[in-house]
Amino acid sequence: MPQKRIADFTIDVDEEGFLTDLGQWNRDIAAAIAADEGIPALGPAHWKVIEFLQKEFKESGQVPSVRKLNKSGVVSTKDLYALFPGGPAKKAARIAGLKKPEGCV
Amino acid sequence: MTEKIKKVSIIISKGSLDGVYPGLIMANGARMEGIEANLFFTFFGMDAIHKDRMKKIKVATVGNPGMHLPTFLGSIPGMSALATKMMMKTMDKLDIPPVPEYVEMIHDAGGRLYACKATVDMFKFKREDFCPQVEAIINVGRFYEISAGGQIIFT
Repeated sequence: MPQKRIADFTIDVDEEGFLTDLGQWNRDIAAAIAADEGIPALGPAHWKVIEFLQKEFKESGQVPSVRKLNKSGVVSTKDLYALFPGGPAKKAARIAGLKKPEGCV
Repeated sequence: MTEKIKKVSIIISKGSLDGVYPGLIMANGARMEGIEANLFFTFFGMDAIHKDRMKKIKVATVGNPGMHLPTFLGSIPGMSALATKMMMKTMDKLDIPPVPEYVEMIHDAGGRLYACKATVDMFKFKREDFCPQVEAIINVGRFYEISAGGQIIFT
């Protein structure tokens, strides 16, 4: 399992940089991954999305779709794309320490 | 590593459920990957952006080999509506939205939607007939201009 050194932590990741063990995640790692993804700082809106993704993943075992995010009221589709430009579903999942989203929506 | 696709322009030319959704899914999928996406609706595909018709898009149960339904069954009145309803229910469970919501979602994600001028003239539609997410009514020449440098997908 490839390992990566991020923000003074050594974590296990897959070939695409997604954490393979959510237990290794913390907010510093999230911020470092975000910086890697071109998001220099995570604001409260980012954290709301991350927390929602993690909560949904814990409950259903799946990363929620963009549609679910929109309907949940946590963040609108427009804002989501503004917060995580260039691929919100994948980027937000990676930053949240979750696996790559599988769905087509 | 191969170069990533930067822009796709997707043409939706058919007005059935199975004719409209592939293009919508591809456009939304493109936006989710950070790929610029244009959607061009022409002929019966235009129903997907027409305010009234977008709520009534159906799957054909006659003359549609993909349905695996014999004609004598498929032609029963109401069969198309039933098949459509069942399909929409399944899609909703998979988080695939109905057409109006999907169009809005693609637009919110930064996708751009266009209506084909030739078809608009043919069916005598007006700007007001379309949903607000439609950016403009353009001709094929303009479509080629906005597609330049990207990939064109015909559905």
